Amino acid sequence: MSFPLLTVTAAVPAVGAVLTAAVPAARRTAAKWLALLVSLATLVLAAVVFARFEPGGDRYQLTESHAWIKDFGVRYELGVDGIGVALIGLTALLIPFIVLAGWHDADPLETQSKRWRPTQGFFALILMVEAMVILSFEATDVFLFYILFEAMLIPMYFLIGGFGDRAHSGTDENAAAQRSYAAVKFLLYNLAGGLIMLAAVIGLYVVAGNFSLTEIAEARANGQLDMATSTERWLFLGFFFAFAVKAPLWPLHTWLPNAMGEATAPVAVLITAVVDKVGTFAMLRFCLGLFPEASKWATPAIIVLALISIVYGALLAVGQRDIKRLVAYASISHFGFIIMGIFAMTSQGQSGATLYMVNHGISTAALMLVAGFLISRRGSRLIADYGGVQKAAPVLAGTFLIGGLATLSLPGLAPFVSEFLVLVGTFARYPVAGIVATTGIVLAALYVLVLYQRTMTGPAKEETRNMPDLRARELVVVAPLIAVLILLGVYPQPLTDVVNPAVRHTMSDVQQKDPSPEVEAAK
Amino acid sequence: MNPVNYLYLAALLFTIGATGVLIRRNAIVLFMCVELMLNACNLAFVAFSRMHGNLDGQVIAFFTMVVAAAEVVVGLAIIVSVFRARHSASVDDASLMKL
Amino acid sequence: MDNLIALLVAAPLLGAAVLLTGGRRLDKAGHWLGTLLAAVSFVIGLVLFADMLGKSADDRTLHQTLYTWIPVEGFQADIAFQLDQLSMTFVLLITGVGTLIHVYSIGYMEHDERRRRFFGYLNLFVAAMLLLVLADNYLLLYFGWEGVGLASYLLIGFWQHKPSAATAAKKAFLVNRVGDMGLSIAIMLMFTTFGTFAFGPVLDAAAGGDASEGKLTAVALMLLLAACGKSAQVPLQSWLGDAMEGPTPVSALIHAATMVTAGVYLIVRSADIFNAAPDAQLVVTVVGAVTLLFGAIVGCAKDDIKKALAGSTMSQIGYMVLAAGLGPIGYAFAIMHLVTHGFFKAGLFLGAGSVMHGMNDEVDMRKYGGLRKYMPVTFVTFGLGYLAIIGFPGLSGFFSKDKIIEAAFAKGGTEGWILGACALLGAAITAYYMTRVMIMTFFGEKRWQPAPDPDKAASVEPGADAHPGELPHPHESPKSMTLPMILLAVGSVGAGAFFEYAGFVEWLEPVTGFEHGHSPLSAAAVTTATVVVMLLGVGVAYLQYGRRPVPAVAPRGSLLTRAARRDLLQDDFNHVVFVRGGTHLTRSLVYVDHSLVDGVVNGTAASVGGLSGRLRKLQNGYARSYAVSMFGGTAVLIAATLLMRAV
Repeated sequence: MSFPLLTVTAAVPAVGAVLTAAVPAARRTAAKWLALLVSLATLVLAAVVFARFEPGGDRYQLTESHAWIKDFGVRYELGVDGIGVALIGLTALLIPFIVLAGWHDADPLETQSKRWRPTQGFFALILMVEAMVILSFEATDVFLFYILFEAMLIPMYFLIGGFGDRAHSGTDENAAAQRSYAAVKFLLYNLAGGLIMLAAVIGLYVVAGNFSLTEIAEARANGQLDMATSTERWLFLGFFFAFAVKAPLWPLHTWLPNAMGEATAPVAVLITAVVDKVGTFAMLRFCLGLFPEASKWATPAIIVLALISIVYGALLAVGQRDIKRLVAYASISHFGFIIMGIFAMTSQGQSGATLYMVNHGISTAALMLVAGFLISRRGSRLIADYGGVQKAAPVLAGTFLIGGLATLSLPGLAPFVSEFLVLVGTFARYPVAGIVATTGIVLAALYVLVLYQRTMTGPAKEETRNMPDLRARELVVVAPLIAVLILLGVYPQPLTDVVNPAVRHTMSDVQQKDPSPEVEAAK
Repeated sequence: MNPVNYLYLAALLFTIGATGVLIRRNAIVLFMCVELMLNACNLAFVAFSRMHGNLDGQVIAFFTMVVAAAEVVVGLAIIVSVFRARHSASVDDASLMKL
Repeated sequence: MDNLIALLVAAPLLGAAVLLTGGRRLDKAGHWLGTLLAAVSFVIGLVLFADMLGKSADDRTLHQTLYTWIPVEGFQADIAFQLDQLSMTFVLLITGVGTLIHVYSIGYMEHDERRRRFFGYLNLFVAAMLLLVLADNYLLLYFGWEGVGLASYLLIGFWQHKPSAATAAKKAFLVNRVGDMGLSIAIMLMFTTFGTFAFGPVLDAAAGGDASEGKLTAVALMLLLAACGKSAQVPLQSWLGDAMEGPTPVSALIHAATMVTAGVYLIVRSADIFNAAPDAQLVVTVVGAVTLLFGAIVGCAKDDIKKALAGSTMSQIGYMVLAAGLGPIGYAFAIMHLVTHGFFKAGLFLGAGSVMHGMNDEVDMRKYGGLRKYMPVTFVTFGLGYLAIIGFPGLSGFFSKDKIIEAAFAKGGTEGWILGACALLGAAITAYYMTRVMIMTFFGEKRWQPAPDPDKAASVEPGADAHPGELPHPHESPKSMTLPMILLAVGSVGAGAFFEYAGFVEWLEPVTGFEHGHSPLSAAAVTTATVVVMLLGVGVAYLQYGRRPVPAVAPRGSLLTRAARRDLLQDDFNHVVFVRGGTHLTRSLVYVDHSLVDGVVNGTAASVGGLSGRLRKLQNGYARSYAVSMFGGTAVLIAATLLMRAV
């Protein structure tokens, strides 16, 4: 038997989480370093997965399969395709920066006792989320995936509810109430989605007799497994609903601004850049893979919802007064692009959507983490409380601008490649949708530049005049992210190489061909 | 005599007991009504035993008596301790177990 | 030779990277490094130019493919360059004028503590602009297109502490993004129509008539939208006036000589597409004609010297767009005017910068006057630029503008007459407003005012050695500033004649094609008319401003003047429709999101809570009521069982 690389990649952060939680109360710093080391080790393992993955090889590679619950045909089955590899890479890449950026976020306040232990808990929970997210990108058993999909809510709930942003307006009790509202909203929304998915998972078992993604897909392709049209549609909707909540798609999005606003900046990044990607990933893998006909049936409606997300999210971002909520609404707009790319059912759209998942993760991390550094300096999340920061802290302002430019998809930075691919892919099949979506690029410029102008330019305010520039730790967080953004912006080939074959498989799952260009068609 | 008449009697006794449980407040009276219902059941069991010609009903009646005796012991103990604490045997006074 | 093309872009890009990440260590030498790398790029450009001249006219196109940028199923975007005569012209203009302006900036930005960053941005601009003109496909062109937009944003907003500069920068970027939408849609249309967006295949297919005219018209109109954004053509022109908030070298390089002409480049580069879409060409000429009048009228009313010149830039680019819309009879002249305009307009802006440098950064021409004695070099170079732009016979503007007017008449039919008349009228107005600028600045009485007090210092460009309350001491600028002005003045004088007699049109012909237009008026008649209207414009301006003293406070003026001062109310329109309308829209959407979308969720939560509160009341603690529900439940169960049995 070969080395269980995928299991180990997920197990390292899980074990690391337990060890971090077990560090004694007084050794707070040791816990942080342990968490950082574990996340770096995971990054190395993810790099090994990336290197071992052969783009031209089988669809699912590095597979592992063990019996788990025999009576129900549940198996512990792992395997990665190019999309999974890319997203595992994203997760493993971001967690060290999240840990480093949140270095002091869970330190005890002066009023709290030195025996306060949640510092350990904070980092342990982050590693726990990492483990579950990585495993969910690897799972090829529907039931295993479902369990992880739900289980990752628990650590996220505690991260949002237990460790809020210390910059808040109003009293401490008020902030605590807001925070617990956000955490409960997050949990209930996602649980509701998960329950409906559970019903669909059970329904799938009743119809198919097992939970294995590969077996079911194969049986469907061979025609051994016939599903009534209405059954397939209901099951599709059950799965899609859960993923649309997680993604989040309009009108199921309202939990995200609350959660991202109240959580600390690193946790907000964890939500939108890492955990939410499970939703869009699962749309590609499960919705399209298991229910191709129903996916095609639902496409027009989903494209419309995605378009609404794009425009609506961007317009709401323009209207926000809170920096973190602004980024949250911008993310909703971007998730609209991702979902539109997935359901455009063209190679460019789906490759673009996959790249978009990775690039959005990195660009949002860059923007949000710098925003977090900014907020921690002034103790306010309101845009109106800033102004003229670039004079006092030019490096902070510069990195913030680059994060913003990545968010508005400037060519040369990674998100441009993916956004343009999504637009082209959508336009090829749905020209009107493609044109409407391009208004998103104007609106993105609007909310990013207005944010930058109000916070960074103009005469310095009293409170911002002596704002310290980025410290060494903060620079270590931001600089590599920016380097990756530029690298993937001018040379995305390493990523497209692994993604393209996976997209080809998905396209054959749904039995779609790219529309051919008019002139060639004429010849 | 027709054994069905015993069943009518049992139903009558059960109804009297149930009504008592519902409308009386004194814990002791309530208790007696519960006993009345239990014995109505016993009567029904014995009657059925007779009607079907086997002993199962009678055996269950004995079981019921044993359980009823145990219940009386525990129940009376609770009533006495409640009476000591509140100087009242009314069940309405003991309505603290609610949300 | 092919491999040198990438170096053209790489040199200034390296400069930008080093200067922007190098930190304070480079403050001392940063400007030299930036200038050097721009000059290196110019030298490489000259080498390539010499090489190109040595080849036969049909064999001059060079290609260099670096690597595949975006390889996705069915979608291939390369990082690949194409250097032909058209690109070469731009390369020399960009690197040549760019280097001169780098030199000028050494003196102009001497007192600015962020000079290193300024040079970093300038290098970034040169790199992006070269990428734009060297790209061999539309997507890479888009890369450069947005890159120059970014550099323009950073440089307009260079003095970020001024709210007006920050706002102007944001406005420029946003308006350009509207144009960029057009470019993206055009690329998407090309992709779905031709399956590629590389210049070669797309243009060949368009010329070969493979695609339907409707599709090509759509592509052409989208390209025009993009060109309108970048080149400040009506209706996307509103950003250019505000962009004058940037340092003056920036206005000279980006907002006069190079970046704003990118739209013309785009149209000429896509000549085959436009040739196949006559309807779109007509729209292009209309946009050009409207803008050339619009800009000229705005230029007449502005008292801010840079804004007057910005209006003029808009108007001159209007000429180029008009020429580009005329098809093969105009492409070469559009580019010729573009290059000569690059010389004289950059020279005029640098002259304006020099004047401001000597006048405590005062921009109001009503507070100038009589400066010719104090700044002789500036006066002479500015004067030569002035003569060039109004089309004084023999200078460069005369050759290029005259050709465009002739070509406009040659379009034929009523359209030709209308366009030609517009172009002639524009020439008259150009002569008028430029004479006005000239007289108000260099002739007449001194109308100098004391420097503004330090309270308003935020609105003063840093680096000005202003002493509050004192009258300015106008002085000639340092050598590093006058040298570029002199060189540009030489170009303004000689470029036109040189192009005319060295065969510029033949040089460009392999790329853009060329046809002789058949004008209903003879060439001599058009030339005479051009000179006459020019003299008319100069004369009117002289009567108005030369013979009478210029009031220090602007008179109220006619309705048209007042409208022109406010950019013909376009900003007010934008403000009412887009800014205020958009604000209302976002506010109401925030409300909708909070109370409707989220309201449904919170409402569900509240109703579940309310229901459970009501259910709680059943739990009242009375043993009796529990017993009742037990009995009731049992009775219902028994009844149900009996009923089932009965059925």
